[in-house]
Amino acid sequence: MAKARLMDLDKALELYEPVLGFEVHVELNTKTKMFCGCANEFGQGANTNTCPTCLGLPGGLPQVNQQAIESSIRLGLALGCEIAEYSRFARKNYFYPDTAKNFQTSQYDEPIAFNGALTIELESGREVTIEIERAHMEDDAGKLTHKGGATGRIHGAEYSLVDYNRGGVPLVEIVTRMIEGGEADSPEIAKTYVASVREIVKALGVSNARMEEGNVRCDVNLSLRPRGSGQLGTRTETKNVNSLRSIERAVRYEIQRQAAVLEAGGTITQETRHWHEDTGMTSPGRPKSDADDYRYFPEPDLVPVAPSREWVEELRATLPEPPAARRKRLQAEWGFTALEFQDVVNSELLDLVEATIAAGASAPAARKWWTGEIARLANAQGVAADTLVAPAQVAALIELVDAGTLTDRLARQVLEGVIAGEGTPVEVVEKRGLAVVSDDTALIAAIDEALAAQPDVLAKIRDGKVQAAGAVIGAVMKAMKGQADAARVRELVLERSAG
Amino acid sequence: MSEITAEQVAHLAHLARIDLSPEEIDHLTADLVQIVDSVAKVSEVATPDIPATSHPMPLTNVFREDVVRPSLTVEQALSGAPARDGDKFRVPAILDEE
Repeated sequence: MAKARLMDLDKALELYEPVLGFEVHVELNTKTKMFCGCANEFGQGANTNTCPTCLGLPGGLPQVNQQAIESSIRLGLALGCEIAEYSRFARKNYFYPDTAKNFQTSQYDEPIAFNGALTIELESGREVTIEIERAHMEDDAGKLTHKGGATGRIHGAEYSLVDYNRGGVPLVEIVTRMIEGGEADSPEIAKTYVASVREIVKALGVSNARMEEGNVRCDVNLSLRPRGSGQLGTRTETKNVNSLRSIERAVRYEIQRQAAVLEAGGTITQETRHWHEDTGMTSPGRPKSDADDYRYFPEPDLVPVAPSREWVEELRATLPEPPAARRKRLQAEWGFTALEFQDVVNSELLDLVEATIAAGASAPAARKWWTGEIARLANAQGVAADTLVAPAQVAALIELVDAGTLTDRLARQVLEGVIAGEGTPVEVVEKRGLAVVSDDTALIAAIDEALAAQPDVLAKIRDGKVQAAGAVIGAVMKAMKGQADAARVRELVLERSAG
Repeated sequence: MSEITAEQVAHLAHLARIDLSPEEIDHLTADLVQIVDSVAKVSEVATPDIPATSHPMPLTNVFREDVVRPSLTVEQALSGAPARDGDKFRVPAILDEE
């Protein structure tokens, strides 16, 4: 792949105004496919979830999955869309082996949801409202593996293998209107928009929303308008951008690439481009014009979807609090700084911290344990934090610390025990005998012993050199195997030294 | 007479990946003109108060419950495939397209 010339980003933005548009595909997590009863699940063997309908065999007859319609309507509502009173499926005809039907069942001029808007907030605090043109329903394609050739990519492949398990899985495609005025924030707008959509589908529970597994996929449309020209440039569509970081990078790359082409007197080809995660570049795919002749027509095997207004309102009543509003509310309720709160959100710990607080823990303690020790252990084991320990257990652990039964150091040992499956925090404290020694008699005995062993220290303390007590405290904590409250030990050391 | 040109037929043939000879294109062009003209007759009898339809049945909202039904076995699914590789369909290399 030839390396494209790039213009410095600042210079590109001085000369050109980026105009963006996004198509986000959301894979719904229904039990079955969009139009047949095959299981909507992967990780099984290839071609284990297929039937005459999703393989496009003669006699196959599609039947609409009601759950997929409900999920689509709820997603449309959450994006502020109107829900169509009358909506039809259409065939999008194209000849490519990722669909055995030779068409994708999609929607054309009668999408289920349209005219929405989503306001996103950038890190600077700038709010940008993204207008949603439409959200329509369609079925996913099968998965192709290209074989032979040097790269494993399409070009140079000798043959391709097809697994149709994903073929027919329900998708919602969310299409934005043109986004102008993004300027230097354009890459961040792209990333934040997709992150917001992902957050919404997660909150709705309509998708597993894992980008790395392709549950949420983004195509980025981008064109450059020369400053002051008032004329839109030719756009490219970058596909295959499957992480939030890549979306940001892909937008930056296309701005720089297109600016270099235009500045050299060249023209932008209207085409699909592929994003390559490894090199951070895009490469040209097919030109748009020809293959875009999809010859859409209404799907004759399916009757229209006409959701009653009552049904739509019932579904609206099931919508969760919008994620952005929820974040603002929780940050205020918990009294976290922006940085502290962002730390929780970015670590995907918001739900866990919230549940821990609901179980009785204080907000600062819940944050400290999840973003600290638990995140560290999860990281070390390469697993998600919520697989290690339940919020209720964390709350119980924090309660023991608050009650003075455990120091932080002991609590970390108890946490290890809980994670190892030794029981609840209270049970682990008992089994491992980890509670703080709150019996002053035992402490005083240890202190007297330590003072007797270090007469010079005792003399210093009596001289008023209180900081010398540290050596005695250390010795006592060691003797207690750390199971003592250091502050209490300090109090007692001073008391006993005064003797 | 409707206007169907040989170029349009050639374009359609390309989109559908059907390899047509010039003779076949001429032949099909004439056929398509006739077909389109016949369909156009329907428009003549359809008065403006008759809405366009995509389905003969006046039904809406025919749904299926989201319940898994048995799929084909892998062997059944692949039984009609011209070529296979393990449990996958094998197709010729696809160049310059995605």
